[in-house]
Amino acid sequence: MTATSALTSVNPEARGARESRPTGFRPALARGILRLPVYLLLAVASVFSVLPFLWMVIASTHSTPELFGTPLPVLPGDQLWENLARLQESVNFSQVMLNSLGIAVVYTVFSAVVSVMAGYGLATYRFRGRGVLLGVVLVTMMIPMQVLLVPLFQMMASAGWIDSYQAVILPFLANAFGIFLMRQSFLDFPVTLIEAARIDGAGELRTFYRIVLPVARPQLAALVIYTFISQWNAFIWPLLMLNTEDRYTVPVALNTMIGMSRVDYSGLMLGSLLATLPLMLLFLVFQKQFVSGLMGGAVKG
Amino acid sequence: MTAPTLATGERGRGGNEGRGIRGGSDAAPRRSRTLGRRLQRPGAWFALPAAALLAIFFAYPLVTSLWQSFFATSGGVSSWVGLEQYARLFSDPLIAKSLFNAGLILIVQVPLMIGLAVGLAYLLNQSWLRFRSGFRLLTFLPAVTTLVAYAVVFRVMLATDGGAVNQMLGLVGVSPVDWLNNEWWARVALVAAITWRWTGYNMVIILAGLQAIPGELYEAARIDGAGRWQIFTKIVIPQLRPVLIFTTVTSTIGALQLFDENWILTEGGPNDATLTPVLYLYKVGFRQFDFGYASAIAWMLVVITAIIAIVQFRIMREKP
Repeated sequence: MTATSALTSVNPEARGARESRPTGFRPALARGILRLPVYLLLAVASVFSVLPFLWMVIASTHSTPELFGTPLPVLPGDQLWENLARLQESVNFSQVMLNSLGIAVVYTVFSAVVSVMAGYGLATYRFRGRGVLLGVVLVTMMIPMQVLLVPLFQMMASAGWIDSYQAVILPFLANAFGIFLMRQSFLDFPVTLIEAARIDGAGELRTFYRIVLPVARPQLAALVIYTFISQWNAFIWPLLMLNTEDRYTVPVALNTMIGMSRVDYSGLMLGSLLATLPLMLLFLVFQKQFVSGLMGGAVKG
Repeated sequence: MTAPTLATGERGRGGNEGRGIRGGSDAAPRRSRTLGRRLQRPGAWFALPAAALLAIFFAYPLVTSLWQSFFATSGGVSSWVGLEQYARLFSDPLIAKSLFNAGLILIVQVPLMIGLAVGLAYLLNQSWLRFRSGFRLLTFLPAVTTLVAYAVVFRVMLATDGGAVNQMLGLVGVSPVDWLNNEWWARVALVAAITWRWTGYNMVIILAGLQAIPGELYEAARIDGAGRWQIFTKIVIPQLRPVLIFTTVTSTIGALQLFDENWILTEGGPNDATLTPVLYLYKVGFRQFDFGYASAIAWMLVVITAIIAIVQFRIMREKP
């Protein structure tokens, strides 16, 4: 609750504050002067936060010489389409965006299904190996994934899966944080309702799908957003797995562009902008879930 | 390990009373319909995909990695070398350097960022503040950018000749700084970039922590005659303790596992000034294909992360 509303809600501190503030001589003016530095500080922080972003937008509409020319361009230019054309030509960027999108969507869907199922199983039933599985899930959260890079790379190589999408998607499908999050949310579900559904003759799957799952919808939404973001951002594993340009994801393609002998800087800026746009959109539409998803992501550590 | 901090705030603890019953049995024996019979152990079926995936893509490679760290490969032949790879860790200057760099980020960047985030969150939590939502959105904006993309933008902005940052500095009379090619400036650049990206993110977590502080605490402190500063140090900070520990540990582990940013900005250079353990692991494993040594580096990371987790656990447990 508190987590999801962090960006927009009001704090409890204030309520008391207003009543108990001492009213001195011309309090409004004095208060205003006292508060000016706060506004100034926040303005500076906001400008710093926005400037690189703004520069990315402006820069992606200018040619490379203009980016490094004096004075710096401060208004959008007219090179957007030229930059886009070059971006498309050098790394087939439309394909790259589609790859990223496809991988992220498929990964998110399957990962969510796995997490929801395992979370429900762990929360509701007792079965052999349950304790072991729960333990493994907890350990997964504490072990840095980089340990797995070498052996997973070898596994993928011997399976002949290098340069394939499934090699990017499969190894990290079982997301410990997701399983744990869903388990926690199912634990809160009153067990009497499940019993009642059974007495009414609903099967296990039906009980799960019709009765239990709808209640966990907010957590599921946060998980889906978090999972999508983490896959969209994923860099080191796709970098290791994909070596054909037409199969690259966006971060891998940007990395390749940096390494080219003649770097297309304005193209890079446009590419970065396009890489960020989906996350921006997601944030604007699902602000609440986005924030709680990020915070959940933080739990993963 | 860190879940309780947020979990309790995020979703209420309502259903604990159900837990006892749940343990009981899977209710399958109660009926004799075919589905019920097939799903004798429905819990196991629900958990099967995750269990299989974790066994194949987590447990197995984890054990392999440990096993491999006791081998050395030369000319395509692997031979058992015992703890030699681990001994190498201690004499390898690049390991020392990567740990030094991670430590530097830890000591400089993490406190800087958490401090900024606390300050921002505190100010943005004041009810008298106008444009509160606007300020919050703007300072959170960096957390919405794609990791590699923002690093690319910083790399372009920090170009020595004509880069946006140097041009802006030029306006106030500062001569161009060789950001990405000088050892110390590269570190400064890396710290600045990470701080830019993650301050707003931590700010939101801390903001949620602030909003969870009951209003009566402020009330009581005020009645007792506490000033603004006293309230901040005596009420706000202690109440934020779990959240602060959480954000600090997350950032610490993040610093230790840093790869995307320093790879894109400097590829770990110049002269390995921004090399981190994970970046070094990547180079050893996938440039030199020295899998044995890479596995030893990986396990060094595991040990350090475990130590951090244990320390965090200890600090969390003792009540202030």
